[in-house]
Amino acid sequence: MPCTTPDGKPTASGRKVILAIKQGKEIPEDISAASGLPLFRVRSGLRELIQAGYVKLEGEKYTLTPKGLEEV
Amino acid sequence: MEETAVSLPRIGDPAPPFEATTTQGKIRLEDFKGSWLILFSHPGDFTPVCTTEFMAFAEIQPELSKRGVELLGLSVDGLASHIAWARNIEEKTGIKIPFPIIADLDRSVSTAYGMIHPGQSKTETVRCVFIIDPNQIIRVILYYPLSLGRNTDEILRIIDALQTADKYSVATPANWRPGEMVIVPAPTTQEEAEKRLKQGYQCIDWYLCKKKL
Repeated sequence: MPCTTPDGKPTASGRKVILAIKQGKEIPEDISAASGLPLFRVRSGLRELIQAGYVKLEGEKYTLTPKGLEEV
Repeated sequence: MEETAVSLPRIGDPAPPFEATTTQGKIRLEDFKGSWLILFSHPGDFTPVCTTEFMAFAEIQPELSKRGVELLGLSVDGLASHIAWARNIEEKTGIKIPFPIIADLDRSVSTAYGMIHPGQSKTETVRCVFIIDPNQIIRVILYYPLSLGRNTDEILRIIDALQTADKYSVATPANWRPGEMVIVPAPTTQEEAEKRLKQGYQCIDWYLCKKKL
């Protein structure tokens, strides 16, 4: 249950993370609470979503890229 | 024959960092920062004792979650084997395996944690349990031989005892269970020892006093 598929598309878990960020959650703890995913899954998922180009990290805050915004 | 000495992690040491392929994606130790973690190894997928253990760990996960504890399994089997085994357990018993399982094919994690004991098996991991606290310090290490399935009730008791000791700065006596009296740390000065018997604790002597929380 990673957050992206082998071809780089968000999985159901990945979409939950993207949706939580779209709702304004910017740090892993808040994204975890909003998405219902365990904190360790959010942290590992954010790395995958950054690598796939859906999320970016600015300072300590996570935001969506244009590609991420298109997903939700 | 050349032998390499491996330094095994001990209680009180920082847990060795890792990034591992698991049934829930690539996970790093640091992803668990802020949570308690039970990292446990098993000898092999599709084996009888391990199957009973996985079912038992899955069954205590709701209780562990209430205590802020995550589970992470490990063996040297591959990812496809882990996935097939977890699916088989669910199909045959109805028990879903909710925690990630590390596929430690290159043995990097099992070597770093000293999970392979050549006297038991040169290829499989023995039944290890590492209890790691939210600061990623190893707090408890348990080793079981291949033939002996673990007692998950004891693992829950250990978590309760560690969290109680941390929260209240106390110790817990033999066979302690939540709700029972705890041990007040022994006095470290003559003056404290003299006072100790007058402090209203249940004491056998100045060095062994218990109190209710």
